[in-house]
Amino acid sequence: MSTHKSASLLDARILLPAIGDAFRKLDPRSLARNPVMFVVAVVTALTTVLFLKDLATGAGGLGFSFQIILWLWFTVLFANFAEAVAEGRGKAQADSLRKARTETQAKLLEGESRTAWKMVPGTALKVGQVVLVEAGDIIPSDGEVIEGVASVNEAAITGESAPVIRESGGDRSAVTGGTQVLSDWIRVRITAAAGSTFLDRMISLVEGAERQKTPNEIALNILLAGMTLIFVLAVATIPSFATYAGGYIPVIVLVALFVTLIPTTIGALLSAIGIAGMDRLVRFNVLAMSGRAVEAAGDVDTLLLDKTGTITLGNRQATEFRPVKGVTEQELADAAQLASLADETPEGRSIVVLAKERYGIRARDMGSLHAHFVPFTAQSRMSGVDFDGSSIRKGAVDSVLAHVKSIAASASGTPADSEAVRNIQAISDEIAKLGGTPLAVVRDARLLGVIYLKDIVKGGIKERFTELRRMGIRTVMITGDNPMTAAAIAAEAGVDDFLAQATPENKLSLIREEQAKGKLVAMCGDGTNDAPALAQADVGVAMNTGTVAAREAGNMVDLDSDPTKLIEIVEIGKQLLMTRGALTTFSIANDIAKYFAIIPAMFLAFYPQLGALNIMGLTTPQSAILSAIIFNALIIVALIPLSLRGVKYRAVGAAALLRRNMLVYGLGGIVVPFIGIKAIDMAITAIGLV
Amino acid sequence: MTINGWLQILVFCGVVVLLVKPLGGYMYRVFSGERTFLTPVLVPVERLLYGLAGTSEREDQHWTGYAAAMLAFNVAGFLLLYLLQRVQGDLPFNPAAMGAVPPELSFNTAVSFVTNTNWQNYGGESTMSYLVQMAGLTVQNFVSAATGIAIGMALIRGFARASGKSIGNFWVDLTRATFYVLLPLCIALTLAYVWLGVPQTIGAYVTAATVEGAQQTIAVGPVASQLAIKMLGTNGGGFFNANSAHPFENPDAISNFIQMVSIFALGAALTNVFGRMVGNQRQGWAILATMGILFVAGVAVTYWAEAAGNPLVHALGIDGGNMEGKEVRFGIVLSSLFAVVTTAASCGAVNAMHGSFTALGGLIPLINMELGEVIVGGVGAGFYGILMFVIIAIFVAGLMVGRTPEYLGKKIEAKEVKMAVLAILCLPLAMLGFTAIAVLIPSAVASVGTPGPHGFSEILYAYTSGAANNGSAFGGLTGNTPWYNITIGLAMLMGRFLVIIPALAIAGSLVAKKTVPASAGTFPTDSTLFVGLLAGVILIVGGLTFFPALAVGPIVEHLAMIVGQTF
Repeated sequence: MSTHKSASLLDARILLPAIGDAFRKLDPRSLARNPVMFVVAVVTALTTVLFLKDLATGAGGLGFSFQIILWLWFTVLFANFAEAVAEGRGKAQADSLRKARTETQAKLLEGESRTAWKMVPGTALKVGQVVLVEAGDIIPSDGEVIEGVASVNEAAITGESAPVIRESGGDRSAVTGGTQVLSDWIRVRITAAAGSTFLDRMISLVEGAERQKTPNEIALNILLAGMTLIFVLAVATIPSFATYAGGYIPVIVLVALFVTLIPTTIGALLSAIGIAGMDRLVRFNVLAMSGRAVEAAGDVDTLLLDKTGTITLGNRQATEFRPVKGVTEQELADAAQLASLADETPEGRSIVVLAKERYGIRARDMGSLHAHFVPFTAQSRMSGVDFDGSSIRKGAVDSVLAHVKSIAASASGTPADSEAVRNIQAISDEIAKLGGTPLAVVRDARLLGVIYLKDIVKGGIKERFTELRRMGIRTVMITGDNPMTAAAIAAEAGVDDFLAQATPENKLSLIREEQAKGKLVAMCGDGTNDAPALAQADVGVAMNTGTVAAREAGNMVDLDSDPTKLIEIVEIGKQLLMTRGALTTFSIANDIAKYFAIIPAMFLAFYPQLGALNIMGLTTPQSAILSAIIFNALIIVALIPLSLRGVKYRAVGAAALLRRNMLVYGLGGIVVPFIGIKAIDMAITAIGLV
Repeated sequence: MTINGWLQILVFCGVVVLLVKPLGGYMYRVFSGERTFLTPVLVPVERLLYGLAGTSEREDQHWTGYAAAMLAFNVAGFLLLYLLQRVQGDLPFNPAAMGAVPPELSFNTAVSFVTNTNWQNYGGESTMSYLVQMAGLTVQNFVSAATGIAIGMALIRGFARASGKSIGNFWVDLTRATFYVLLPLCIALTLAYVWLGVPQTIGAYVTAATVEGAQQTIAVGPVASQLAIKMLGTNGGGFFNANSAHPFENPDAISNFIQMVSIFALGAALTNVFGRMVGNQRQGWAILATMGILFVAGVAVTYWAEAAGNPLVHALGIDGGNMEGKEVRFGIVLSSLFAVVTTAASCGAVNAMHGSFTALGGLIPLINMELGEVIVGGVGAGFYGILMFVIIAIFVAGLMVGRTPEYLGKKIEAKEVKMAVLAILCLPLAMLGFTAIAVLIPSAVASVGTPGPHGFSEILYAYTSGAANNGSAFGGLTGNTPWYNITIGLAMLMGRFLVIIPALAIAGSLVAKKTVPASAGTFPTDSTLFVGLLAGVILIVGGLTFFPALAVGPIVEHLAMIVGQTF
């Protein structure tokens, strides 16, 4: 979202077609979606008819009326233009997406067969059918991998050209139609019918074709319509007041007053703001399934963040070897390294690295040692090596202790060294308190010590959480760790709360609890077991790499699959709401100056004393009215960039934010039109328009 | 303007502010059903009344039920009062032998007292029997004020309660407002007024022989008791035609001070009740501060304009401020202050003729009413009125903190906005709409006392006063004509019920919502910034609508006066 990028988006390729669209949007059916601009269009059309009648009968003073009417039409066109520009930005994106949706052929597997297929068009596929996709093929539709592993190029959707792995089972089983398999093959069960695939939805979303007004937008429209009605009363009663005073006010002047008073600025820009908000998310590689979700993002009170990958780096790292009494660090390191040599997990590798860096223990060849690797299983919760009749195991402390006990029992007689056991427990408790994960190491029945695995909190994340706290957002860390470890990491990362030993069930109940307190909850997730929580959360961001179930349950999809983005999504939501509020405030505050421009001009003919209200010193009544209506039209154009870019959000807390925005848009809204109308008045007087 | 004058204004404001907490605390206990010193005496009375009405204090109503009860009660009150006037000639307590009041006037008066307006197209001492004054008008003075307080309480519950259905019981609120709040205070005030020399009798008018030997009939009656509720309940309907300018209705500076304080007392205290009920008194103070700023600004303008006087009079060699239409025992500062207080608070009692104020001095009372009587306002009515503006202000500016709008933890959504806009819309509709029609009707224009912009102001003032349920008159306009009786009556009905129903609908919608706990990201509604914002929205949304009308009324009159032109 750099300024460069948004500036380039206001280029001719978008602006030129938008001019044409501005005229096309004069269609009453399209205008009717926006009550304020519809009213402007209606009164403008009526005034035009009156003008044409006057023209035919040859009445005088038509030059002034003509200019007013011209600017009234400009007002409507500028509003249409703002919307067209906002849509144009999405259309450009949609066009590139459409290219990915070219006709594909699918290899439909027949019956139970795993190999026999027949070629059918991609659009003929039905939900539940299974297709084979091989290297070089385009995946014909959205689906779930049911067999095989393949690398897939998803650049068409995410814009990221590095291939990703898609495989059956687990959390990376979803594939998207329009992406291409680069190597290997997969069998895919189709999950979306033609026309309702992810790509289709994405296209219609970025184009704004399906754009529904959000709840807040509807409410704002009601307010704007209500204010328009109030001004109908204010203006419609004027002719009768004038009659009482023995004067007459031309219709064109009343129309000018009415149009300048009603909130045209926000009315004109409202839908552009909404479209631009969705667009900012798209640009950020996040797809919101509805505008409602973007609005909800701004309102989020509680963020549920997965520890791993969001708060901490993906993997824990060994940072220390802590031997029991009577064992040297060197001996423990040596055993730990042996046990981890064949361990391909990041934790295992970090043990080997630490042993090398700290104790100079070089890598050894497993084969020459006649060593045999014992992999980690969910039952044993240990891994290690067996060699030369002895065995080394490392693993969760309780499982290692259980292991020692069982050996001791079978070796009948040799009791477990109770002091070493106590020693191990003390060390591991200490490590857990520090937020680390202790891994006990044992050679045969002899406990050697503990490896201190540490979660590495991401750099800068603590500052982000401080920022969030200033925004009034509570962060809750979700982790499978035990409460003690979780508490330590939570303290280190600076989150407000944590949910330890998280399960899909207690995650869901945490969300429900928060919601019962009236809070809005955002979370992200990727696995199938995240789906209920994603669906329950007010903002559920599904990772694009995730399962189909997760993607269906969330109301946003992050194409980059980066859980940290949740924070930015909240900011974008807030930015959308702020922009709406700022322009509404500005629009309403503008009215003061407009009254002072038009009221004295309007009554001057029969109450010359009211000239004293002409505090701007506008040249003539005509120039005053014309300046006000020109200002009213031009301010729409002037604010298009702001409505597309959005008001800058600062994480400074509501009070400071409000003070700043009130100053800029409230006070600014009062002052700017005084200056603007005066300047326009001077300009049109200088060039002799009136 | 003098230092002494400003000191009097300051003392007035100080006393009102000092009363906020004790009165607020007491009313909070009353409406929360907690024990007060009157509980032992009044609970049996309450039980009896609830039993008769077939309800109970534990029985809470949905907003529609609450609204239906309120409407039924008001319709009944209207019919009763209308009938009383029509047949007063055949009823007792009529020593002056008043005949039946004409139908249009009875309609106007009945509506006027039921809506807490007390617009008086009649002269009390020359039209109404003691029975009508006491059993009709004074009763409505109590219950229309109690109705206002009840609606205020219902709306407060909308904010204070969460995830509920009911907003209280109208009958209980009405009863408690009358018996616990209005009645005890009025008894004390009546005694004070009697002590200060205000008559309280059901005896006949007194006939006196003047110094010149002529016979003079001096009207008396149960004045003090009506005076107490007329002020405390922000009703404003005088026992006498001259209202609080009459020496029997406002003998001296002390009675004047008590009257002004009692106009503001309950309205100001309600902000504190609100604060207590939503669990943060600062919220109430913020609203009172907004009212205070607008009030002091209004006083400053009126006092300045009246003290500065009329340059055309000065040119004749007569110095000093504008004393036209003012009682010498009150002078410029107390008349100016009274005028701003009575129009800010929807009371409508007057101790000076507003029509005789300078153009700018008379502009402020008009604006006060056009804003919807939200500066303290009528008891209850001012409070629910300003909450409509709070909703609009929050909705307009609340988005600027990057959250969808919320007030006190309640999301402000389409329904609330719709209802608030409806409530605000009905005022310009009645005020400007009827004025626009009236100024085109020759017979209606013929009623004005002065032609030109001042006459326009008279008509505008009449409808504004009616729709705002204020009841004060600008003077000059002959209002007792069928046209004005009926149209002002309609304006009063619109200004009352087209605000109450949306306010109750908002209460019903809010009460069902969850309360979002406040955080650092929440729009701060107890800050000075919010006070400024709310005042700004009230002036821009509520006030600017009337700018064209004011321009061709008081504003042009003032500007003309400067250049030496009168109308």
